[in-house]
Amino acid sequence: MLESALTWWTFFKISINERLIYRADFMLGTLMRFLPTLTQIFLWWAIYDVISNADTADSAAGPDGNIAGYKYGDMVAYYLLVIISRAFSSMPGLTGGIANQIRNGEVKKFLIQPVDMQGCLLMQRIAHKLVYYLIAILPFALVFFLCRDFFIEGWPPPNVLAVFFASLFLSFLLGFYLECCIGLIGFWFLEVTSLTFIYMLMNFLLSGHMFPLELLPAEPFNIRQLVEYLPFKYLAYFPAAVFLGKIEGAELYRGLLAEIGWVVFFIVLSRVLWHRGIKRYSGYGG
Amino acid sequence: MAWAGMNWGLFKIIYRHTGEIGLDSGWHEHEFFIFLGTIWIINSLIQTLFMANAAEFSELIRTGNLDFALLKPIDTQFLISFPRINWSQLPNGILGVVLIAHSLRELMGEREIYFSVFSIPAFLFFIGCGAVVMYSVMICLASTSIWFGRNQNLYNFWFYITNFYRYPMEIYQRSGVGMALWGTFTFVVPILVVSNIPARILAQPLGTPWKPWEWGLAAYAIIGSIWSLMASRWVFKRALKSYRSASS
Repeated sequence: MLESALTWWTFFKISINERLIYRADFMLGTLMRFLPTLTQIFLWWAIYDVISNADTADSAAGPDGNIAGYKYGDMVAYYLLVIISRAFSSMPGLTGGIANQIRNGEVKKFLIQPVDMQGCLLMQRIAHKLVYYLIAILPFALVFFLCRDFFIEGWPPPNVLAVFFASLFLSFLLGFYLECCIGLIGFWFLEVTSLTFIYMLMNFLLSGHMFPLELLPAEPFNIRQLVEYLPFKYLAYFPAAVFLGKIEGAELYRGLLAEIGWVVFFIVLSRVLWHRGIKRYSGYGG
Repeated sequence: MAWAGMNWGLFKIIYRHTGEIGLDSGWHEHEFFIFLGTIWIINSLIQTLFMANAAEFSELIRTGNLDFALLKPIDTQFLISFPRINWSQLPNGILGVVLIAHSLRELMGEREIYFSVFSIPAFLFFIGCGAVVMYSVMICLASTSIWFGRNQNLYNFWFYITNFYRYPMEIYQRSGVGMALWGTFTFVVPILVVSNIPARILAQPLGTPWKPWEWGLAAYAIIGSIWSLMASRWVFKRALKSYRSASS
């Protein structure tokens, strides 16, 4: 028990050091990430101006019309919060990495060493993410401070805040195991680039990354209802909507339960895929 | 192509909720899709002609193979700018043409469009200006790899910068920050002008023949593209002076 804990600790430390190599690049990259949000702010400003049909160029709260229940401030706050959700749920390179290891035979090391692949990758991700938050918290705090006026309702009540943090943590696990599963399909397909691309598109569209899911049309077919049954919305939309008070009462906890359900589902699925996969695996490459 | 489709979908959804982007700016649905098509055309031109070359240039610097390009008795900037064409990016441009044609037809059913023999050549000319400006921006970005050693963020930077030219400039013309952005991307890096002018030629969002300020802006677009080309040339030369080869 102690020994395996030590192993994981070592993996964790290595990954942290690995991540600290490019600090400056990192900070800059984080700040750059907010640039698209800047154009979003102006785009939505222009849109809300038309809707509320009044020129309120100098009031900080902006125009007062609303789209699908979102006021202008909510909309901007939503985009900012989505960046946070994405900071938890996005796993750049995970799928491709796993598929590559399968293709070039590197995955063999997990077959001969007494180390679990998912566990090892998970440790790496946790370390990377932790370092990321430690460094990124400065630019994040700066941007959120500058944008504080967009949060019209202020801080949500403590129980909502608790659900918000829980959902963020779960979105990390969900993102991790979901992408793991796609990567493990590499045992069968070898090349998963096109799958990754499809996943990325779906994710972008259905997770609420692009706009609040409430905006999705119910006609000609009900995409709005469809996304409720898919795991994607927990990757971006759900935490943000919780924070903004768009999801209330029992729905809050039902959503959280559903998210846990999805996490468990993908953990089990990734296990099954792994065990089936290594049976099929024939160990190409050196 | 899929990204283009998604972009289109996003604005299709946005226009379900609003009639116009920017109060009294005239960017209604069809006008805006003409704008979007214009952006696709410029983007695809850049990606077809220059993107792969710029990435290649960064790679040449990192590996030190730029030495060979420098030795050849031909202008280096010319040499590294045009060696290959990435045809796979062309379909987006064609899609842009289709979108423009469709939106224009819809628009003509709604209101009068002032169309003359000069419209199409002028549109193409300003698309050309746009390509020149975007090319210059890309050369500048790629040149930075000489100083940074490598620039794997080229595509990211590109994405962040083009982010600003994808919308009608009216959306920026309010509040301090917006005006600062508008000024920067009009006068320092004239990318806003080159996307807005060709789109305005066809879409005519204000519904009348051009106003004087639009003419002024068009004239400025030409100056801007010449200026950015010169600036990129200067940056490129400066960067080459600091080039110190590698691994030879």
